[in-house]
Amino acid sequence: MLRYIAKRIFLMVPTLLGVAVLTFFMLRVVPGDIVEIKLRGDGGTVTQEVIERERERLGLNKPVVVQFGDWMKGLVTLDFGTSMWTGRAVIDEIGVRIGLTLQVAVMAAVISVLIALPLGTISALFRDTWIDYGVRIVTIAGLAVPSFWLGMLMIMGLLTFFAWSPPVTYTPFTEDPIANMSQLIWPALAVGYRYSAVVARMVRSSIIEVMKEDYIRTARAKGVYERLVVGRHAMRNALLPAITVVGLEFAFLIGGLVVTEQVFNLNGIGRLFVEAVGRNDFIIVQTLVLLIAVMFTVVNLVIDLLYGVLDPRIRYA
Amino acid sequence: MKALTSTIAAAILATLPLAAVAETPQRGGTLSWAIIAEPPTYDCHATGTFAVMQRVAPHYSTLMKFEPGNYPNIVGDLAASWDVSPDSLTYTFKLHPNVKFHDGTVLTSADLKATYDRIINPPDGIVSNRQASFTKVASVEAPDPLTVVFKMKEVDASMMTNFASPWNCVYSAARLKQDPNFPAKNIMGTGPFKFVEHVAGSHWTGERFADYFRKGRPYLDGFRSVTMTSAARVNALAGGQIDAEFRGFSPTERDRIVRALGKDANVLQESWLLHMIITFNTERKPFDDPRVRKALSLALDRWGGSTSLSKISLLGAPGGLVRPGSEWSASPKDMEKWPGYGRDMAANRAEAKRLLKEAGQENLTLTLMDRNIAPYVTAGIFAIDQWRQIGVKVEHKQVELASWYALQNSGDFEVFVDSFTQFSDDPSNVLYKYASHDRSPVAVHRAIDRELDQLFAEQARTADKAKRLELIRKFENRAMEQAYSVPLLWWQRIVVMNDRVKGWTMSPTHMIYQDLGDVWLAGSR
Repeated sequence: MLRYIAKRIFLMVPTLLGVAVLTFFMLRVVPGDIVEIKLRGDGGTVTQEVIERERERLGLNKPVVVQFGDWMKGLVTLDFGTSMWTGRAVIDEIGVRIGLTLQVAVMAAVISVLIALPLGTISALFRDTWIDYGVRIVTIAGLAVPSFWLGMLMIMGLLTFFAWSPPVTYTPFTEDPIANMSQLIWPALAVGYRYSAVVARMVRSSIIEVMKEDYIRTARAKGVYERLVVGRHAMRNALLPAITVVGLEFAFLIGGLVVTEQVFNLNGIGRLFVEAVGRNDFIIVQTLVLLIAVMFTVVNLVIDLLYGVLDPRIRYA
Repeated sequence: MKALTSTIAAAILATLPLAAVAETPQRGGTLSWAIIAEPPTYDCHATGTFAVMQRVAPHYSTLMKFEPGNYPNIVGDLAASWDVSPDSLTYTFKLHPNVKFHDGTVLTSADLKATYDRIINPPDGIVSNRQASFTKVASVEAPDPLTVVFKMKEVDASMMTNFASPWNCVYSAARLKQDPNFPAKNIMGTGPFKFVEHVAGSHWTGERFADYFRKGRPYLDGFRSVTMTSAARVNALAGGQIDAEFRGFSPTERDRIVRALGKDANVLQESWLLHMIITFNTERKPFDDPRVRKALSLALDRWGGSTSLSKISLLGAPGGLVRPGSEWSASPKDMEKWPGYGRDMAANRAEAKRLLKEAGQENLTLTLMDRNIAPYVTAGIFAIDQWRQIGVKVEHKQVELASWYALQNSGDFEVFVDSFTQFSDDPSNVLYKYASHDRSPVAVHRAIDRELDQLFAEQARTADKAKRLELIRKFENRAMEQAYSVPLLWWQRIVVMNDRVKGWTMSPTHMIYQDLGDVWLAGSR
C-alpha cells in the first residue's frame, strides 16, 4: 500500500511539471503587462522610462526561460514568489483566502452529500414512480441553474423579504460562529444544491445498476431484509462512482467558485484568480493553477485509496 | 417608475438644504464603506489609483487641500498660512505647530522637504507618479522647523493645485531616511486616523487618532473599508452592511439602492472629472487625414447621446477637453462651434459625408478597439451607431484591461475608446492628455503637434486667469479641429450612501475629500 502511495506521489511530479510549463508559457503570450495597469491606471502620468524601470525591477525584462528557471527554483525551495501587484508573498495572498474557500467547499460537499444520498437512493428505489419524477425534476433543475444565479436570487430574496444581506467580510468560525455561518451558509447552499444534483444523479444510476447484480438477488433469496440489502450490499458498492464525483467536485470548488464568490463578495481563491488574471499578475495566476492541479491530483489519490477501503476486491499491492 | 424618480429626486434634494442647515456633528461610530479594488501599494506618491487614495487618505495630511464644500478653492492643510512672491517664483508656507505623526513624533518642515524631494527627485527604486507636476521646482528649503520654501525655475500657474494634490501625502523624514520605500508597505502619517490593519482582498481599518492636530476631529471612532465586487456593493449598501461607496454607481444601481433604502438613501450627483475619448491612430491610414478624423467627430451626436445614455449609464454631459461646468470649461455656445458639437445633426452628417468623399473614404470601414466593461462598451456601441449613419462600417473589438494598455503602447489600433481622469480641473492636468505623443506619455493618438505644445506650455506659465482661459480656448479649438483625440461624453458621478453618513463632501473627482476628518454618523450614540 505504502509503495503504491509513493508511486502515485512520484507520478504527480511530471503531471504538475507539465501544468507549470503550460501555464507559465501560455501566460507569457497574453498581451500587456501589470506595470501599465499599476502605473497608468486612473490617469497616472509616469514616463515610459519609469515603466521600464519597474518592469526591470519585477524581472519582466528577463528572457522568458530565465524567468521560468527562477520560478522553478523558487518552487523547489517552496518560495512561490511575490505578487507583482501587491508585493506581498504569494503564500500570504493565498493564505488569507484559502480558509474561506476550503470552508465553503467543505460545507457545500457536506450539504450535497446530505441531500444527494437520500434523494438518489429514494429515486432509484422508487424508479419511474412520481417520487422518482419529483427527485429528477429537483436534480435536473440543480444541474440547469447556475450556482451564481441561485446565489443572486437568494440575496435578492433576503433583501426583499428581510431587508438584510449577508455579512461582507469573513469572520473565522472559531472567532464568531454565528457571523461566520451567516456569511457562508448562503454560498454553501447555492453551490451545494448544484453539487448535490450531480451526486444524486450518480447515486441513482449506480444504485439502479447495482440492484440488478447477482449478489443482490442472492441476498434477497437468503431472506435478508430489504433495508439491509440496500444499506449494506447495494449502497456500499453504489458509492464508489459517487465518491469520485464528490471528490472531483470538491477539487473543482477550490478554484471554481469564481462567480459565486463575486456574487457573495467572498474573499476566496476564485476571486483572487479572476483579479490576478485581470491584472496579468502572472506569479499569482501560475501558483494558483499549480495549487488547483495539486488539489486535483491529491483528491484523485484519496479517491483511489477510498476505493480500496470500500471495496475489498480492489487492492494496491 | 414615477415613484422611483420622485424618491431619487427627493433623495438628491434632501441633501441640498442639509448642506446649508448645519447639523451638530456627533462623535463616535465606525463608518463602513465599500471599495472595488485592491491597492497595488500603500505609497501615495507611486500610484494614481483610487484604490490607494481612498484607503490611505484618512491616514495622511497634505500641505494644502481643496476646501471641503467649496471645490476648487484651495486652503491649507498642514500649512497654517502661505505667501506667493509677486513674480510667482517663491512659495513660502508656515506650518501648523505641534502636528504629530501617528508614532508621536512632531512634524517639522524637514518632513515636508523630505516628502517633496522624494516626489521631485525619487531615489533609485522609488516610483514618483507626480514627478512631471514638479519639474519647474528648483529647490525645496526648510529654513526653520515651521517654514517650507519652494523656489521655482519658472512660473507654473498650476502650482497651488499641485500643492493641494491629495497624492502628495506627507511622510516622516526620519522613516524615509531609514528606508526610502517605507511608505510602500507601511502607513504612518499625521492624518485623522491611525492605521489598524489591511487584510488582503477583504478590508482595511483605521482608528481615531486622538492627537490629530485639528482639535475635535475626527468625529468617527474609526472606519472600515471593505473590498467588494461591483455587484456586491449594491446589495451590501441596500442591505445595510455598508454605509457608503465613494467612487460612483450607475443610474441602474442607484435606482436599486434607492428602492431598497427608501428615505434612508442619500443620492449625490455631479459631473465627473472623467471622460470618454475617441482616439484616432494618426500613424495609420486613413486616420492620418484630418478630414477623416473630423468627419468621424462630426458624426457623433453628443447632445442627443447625452440625453439618452445618461439615463442608463455613467455617461453624462458633452464637454470639451476640460470638464463641463468647471471654471475652465467652454460655454455651450463656444462648444457648438467645434466639429460634432453643433445641434443640427443633419447638417453635421452631411458635412461628415462630404469630408469622407473628399478624402476618398466614402466606404470607410474601421476597427474600434474598446474595453470590455461598462460604460466603455456603451460608448463604443453609441459611436458605431453614429458612424453607421454616415455609411461607415465598424468592427467592435473588446479587450481586457491589460490588452487595452498594451494597444495604447504599441499603437496597434485604428480607432480607440479611451478615457482620462485627474484629481482636479486644473488645465495643465487635463490638457496633458491632448498634447503631442512625444511630450505626453498619456497621449495615445501618436500625433506630433508643436502648435498644441506651444499653447500648452504658454497656458501653464500664465498666472493671469483671463489670459490663461484665452489660451485654453485656443488649445481646445486647435485640438478639436485636428481631432487627433476627441471627447465623446463626460461621465456623471453618482454617489449613494446611507443618510446617516454626514459631513462628507461631494466633488467632481473621487480622489479628493477622502480623509474622513469631517465625516460623522447620525444616531451613532
